[in-house]
Amino acid sequence: MIFLTRRATFSASHYYWNDAWPEEKNRQVFGRCANRRGHGHNYTLEVTVAGDPDPVTGFVIDLKWLKNVMEREVLSAYDHKHLNLDAPEFEHAIPTTENIAIAAWKRLEPAINGADGTAGGAKLTRIRIYETPEIFAEYRGEA
Amino acid sequence: MNAYFGRRYMMSASHRLNTPVLSAEQNRAVYGKCNNTHGHNYVVEVLVGGEVSPAAGMVVDLAALDEAVREQVMERFDHSDLNLNPLFADRVPTTENLCRTIFALLRDALPAGRLEHVRVEETENNFFECSAEG
Repeated sequence: MIFLTRRATFSASHYYWNDAWPEEKNRQVFGRCANRRGHGHNYTLEVTVAGDPDPVTGFVIDLKWLKNVMEREVLSAYDHKHLNLDAPEFEHAIPTTENIAIAAWKRLEPAINGADGTAGGAKLTRIRIYETPEIFAEYRGEA
Repeated sequence: MNAYFGRRYMMSASHRLNTPVLSAEQNRAVYGKCNNTHGHNYVVEVLVGGEVSPAAGMVVDLAALDEAVREQVMERFDHSDLNLNPLFADRVPTTENLCRTIFALLRDALPAGRLEHVRVEETENNFFECSAEG
């Protein structure tokens, strides 16, 4: 089994706010991240798939195909967007790094693990989202 | 839903790889340049797992994680000579041993079962990982 990872970057803005909490609690829990005008990051998306190299091509996955899937499913929705306002999954969920990792998984999983065989049997195993070079979240498809 | 949160911390320390079990010549042969006292800018990457809280959307209280790392790791090792630290009195401060030591310190300081892995990068080209499996 080989694990293969492809990276892509996107830039987006967001803010943290829970409507069920009073303003004071939002400020206390989220600090500066609660500023309602939002702020932005250069995010890095890392997509890891696992599989055995194809006996003919030697590929675990066609990287060009994976790049196109990442662009279509994630970057087109998140790059140069305001995550709270532009991405429907964050209408009611806070776009924390953890939640972005889970949302990116949900966007990519059907395409990569789909039955059409385009991924050559490779399975999505890990998503990492770096919010800064020092902070990241990871989702492995666990319940 | 279970997810993981990671944060990278920097610390600078010196060390010398040398074991009293071997002669001076053998230490030289085994450890090469690392037998001299020298230092590194280490990166300590801490990965914590847990349920994403529905209200805050977070796996961990970042301030509490920072505090545990500051208290257990930074205050102990940053800008110090690892060989003089009591935790390395009977162990060579290789980055393997440093990684294991940091894993144990943080595992005990954080709520049970939360620490997923610790990675210590000694330089840009080599790093060591220690996880809950041992």
